[in-house]
Amino acid sequence: MPATIEQETTNHSIDFDREVGNFKYKEDYSYDAGTGLNEDTVRYISGVKDEDEWILNFRLKALKVFESKPTPTHWASKDLESIDYSKIRYYLSKGQQPSRSWDEVPDDVKETFERLGIPEQERKFLAGVEAQFDSEAAYSNMKARLAEEGVIFVGSTEGLKEHPEIFRKFFGKVIPTGDNKFSALNSAVFSGGSFIYVPPGVHVKQPLQAYFRINAENFGQFERTLIIADEGAEVTYMEGCTAPKFETTTLHSAVVELVALKGARIQYITVQNWSENVFNLVTKRGMAMEDATIKWIDCNIGSRLTMKYPGVILKGRRARGEVLSIALANNGQHQDTGAKMIHAADDTTSNIIAKSISVGQGRSTYRGLVQIPKHLKNCKNNTECDALLINTNSRTDTYPAINVRGNRNSVQHEASVSKVSTEQIFYMQQRGLSEAQAMSLAVNGFVNDLIREFPMEYSVELKRLIDLQMEGSVG
Amino acid sequence: MSSLDIRNLEIHVEGKPIVKDFTLNVPKGEVHALMGPNGSGKSTLAKALAGHEDYQIVAGEASLNGQNILKMEVDEIARAGLFMAFQYPSEIPGVSIANFIRAALTARLADNEELDAARYYRRLYEKMDLLKIDRKFTARSVNEGFSGGEKKRCEILQMAMLQPHFAIMDETDSGLDIDALKIVSHGVNTMRGPDLGILLITHYQRLLDYIVPDKVHVMWDGRIVRSGGKELALELEEKGYDWVKEEVAVV
Repeated sequence: MPATIEQETTNHSIDFDREVGNFKYKEDYSYDAGTGLNEDTVRYISGVKDEDEWILNFRLKALKVFESKPTPTHWASKDLESIDYSKIRYYLSKGQQPSRSWDEVPDDVKETFERLGIPEQERKFLAGVEAQFDSEAAYSNMKARLAEEGVIFVGSTEGLKEHPEIFRKFFGKVIPTGDNKFSALNSAVFSGGSFIYVPPGVHVKQPLQAYFRINAENFGQFERTLIIADEGAEVTYMEGCTAPKFETTTLHSAVVELVALKGARIQYITVQNWSENVFNLVTKRGMAMEDATIKWIDCNIGSRLTMKYPGVILKGRRARGEVLSIALANNGQHQDTGAKMIHAADDTTSNIIAKSISVGQGRSTYRGLVQIPKHLKNCKNNTECDALLINTNSRTDTYPAINVRGNRNSVQHEASVSKVSTEQIFYMQQRGLSEAQAMSLAVNGFVNDLIREFPMEYSVELKRLIDLQMEGSVG
Repeated sequence: MSSLDIRNLEIHVEGKPIVKDFTLNVPKGEVHALMGPNGSGKSTLAKALAGHEDYQIVAGEASLNGQNILKMEVDEIARAGLFMAFQYPSEIPGVSIANFIRAALTARLADNEELDAARYYRRLYEKMDLLKIDRKFTARSVNEGFSGGEKKRCEILQMAMLQPHFAIMDETDSGLDIDALKIVSHGVNTMRGPDLGILLITHYQRLLDYIVPDKVHVMWDGRIVRSGGKELALELEEKGYDWVKEEVAVV
């Protein structure tokens, strides 16, 4: 019996339309840090959250680092220069305390998430949900059973308040403030995001999900996520995101740190569907200790410019890191994505599979870094990056940096660029598929072997998003 | 009128006339063979009728069941009921045969209709058995890494699943060994009936031993120069295309 039958029946239960992401409600915020960024902005955010002194100092220091670091246009896109930090609003919220039940969430916010299908998904297959609306989580809840097992799943604001002893120990340790300009920016003004702790040996079987929604214009969302899987623990975290289409630019600059202690497994799944005015500049990195596994599944669709290179520091022996990434760049979009694998112990293994699709004048860039120092042995890396060009004016670039020293390690790198030919499209159209359907099918075929690795709910969602993108791209 | 009707068709490729003043009527329920040497314009005719943009139709008419197909998009022509079995089918990496045919069938449904997955697979397996295609093939990518014979069988499988009103089979026999030829022919013969018209394009009589045509047309230099019953194919086989050439010269 082919698996496809099963897939079809399961699909309907979670089929939802992300095109509905393009809507917004009236802005009505109780807390607003105003426009522009300076020390007062940082103090305001920290004050609203009633933070401890050490966090405020951490933020203020980060602000200095942010201000001192140049925009990295010497290697990255010049488009970064069009971000005007003085025109962005850095903190907007209706309050800092998320509701535990959807009934208590303010009506407009609740309606937003209902239209995005979040409460429905929660009922169907999630172990816990956090729904962030602009700067703070509006809703955060987890199955009671998990709380009894000691699992913590709260927003970062709450995490800092209620669990400072765990939070502080790992916070900023995987991604230091000065890692890059945008990690510094996030460290100065961060708000929202998730804090997860899974105690030793606990396996969270269903995924925990966070949904990030930008609702306000000229806004910057700076969530900060920290996930710690203690020894032998397992957890899957999924994040989705949308924003309405604004005329002005919106900034999303998150920092996500993962810590997988001995023998732990963390799987982190992103399906991003930002509208095309969003600058998405995110730093994501995990640290895998002995026998631990960290797997990033990263799907980038939408946004104006995405720069994101999920990484794993393989710090303990036999640690394993994996990045599976798909990027689709449509007209006016640049997906600059990739992966970083830093081997720091013997017998560590990393795997990178990156597929990109460029449609119309869309541009996709693969940027990778694999580092294996000389003193290590039995380290392995496999990197595959494949690009698919849909139109003759589509563009793709690949910048793989592989620094492997010593002769006791092995590295494999494969790259390919392919095009959808007019004969393929003719063939598919002759079977009755429209040009857009034919292109969608070709794109789906291109990413198919990778999507098979994804949890079912997300592979279905991703295929839908690809179809939507292709529909709009055929003239 | 239920037929494929082509009148005075002139087709250019890169500005050059390849098919000239071509007239042919294939009523539904009949199988016509179109024979002719390489370069006589057979495949050009097939691709132009399917709506390929590289083939410009500069004069004439073509209709399917009374519907003018010359102004239609490739997929509209396909959904109107014209199927083409390709001489060189394209590979579509990553798209399984099962998903491909399902997508093609779904494209024919109204927005509120859905394909019944269980019934779909039952039908698919039935047709695969008929064409002696291993069921494992459902998961294989369309035509990727297929042998010539497997590609042709896969074309006939799609034809059987899509149930067109009319099929143009472009050199379906090329690249087939005798066993595969028998299987493919058996598949096509099973589909024959009052609801399906077929135009078989071929060089050789061999295929016509297995799929016996109602009529045979001989194409030469872009037009039909002789038409007759199935015996015409035998005559051609015996005398070769030079015979036609000489006859045309005499006329």
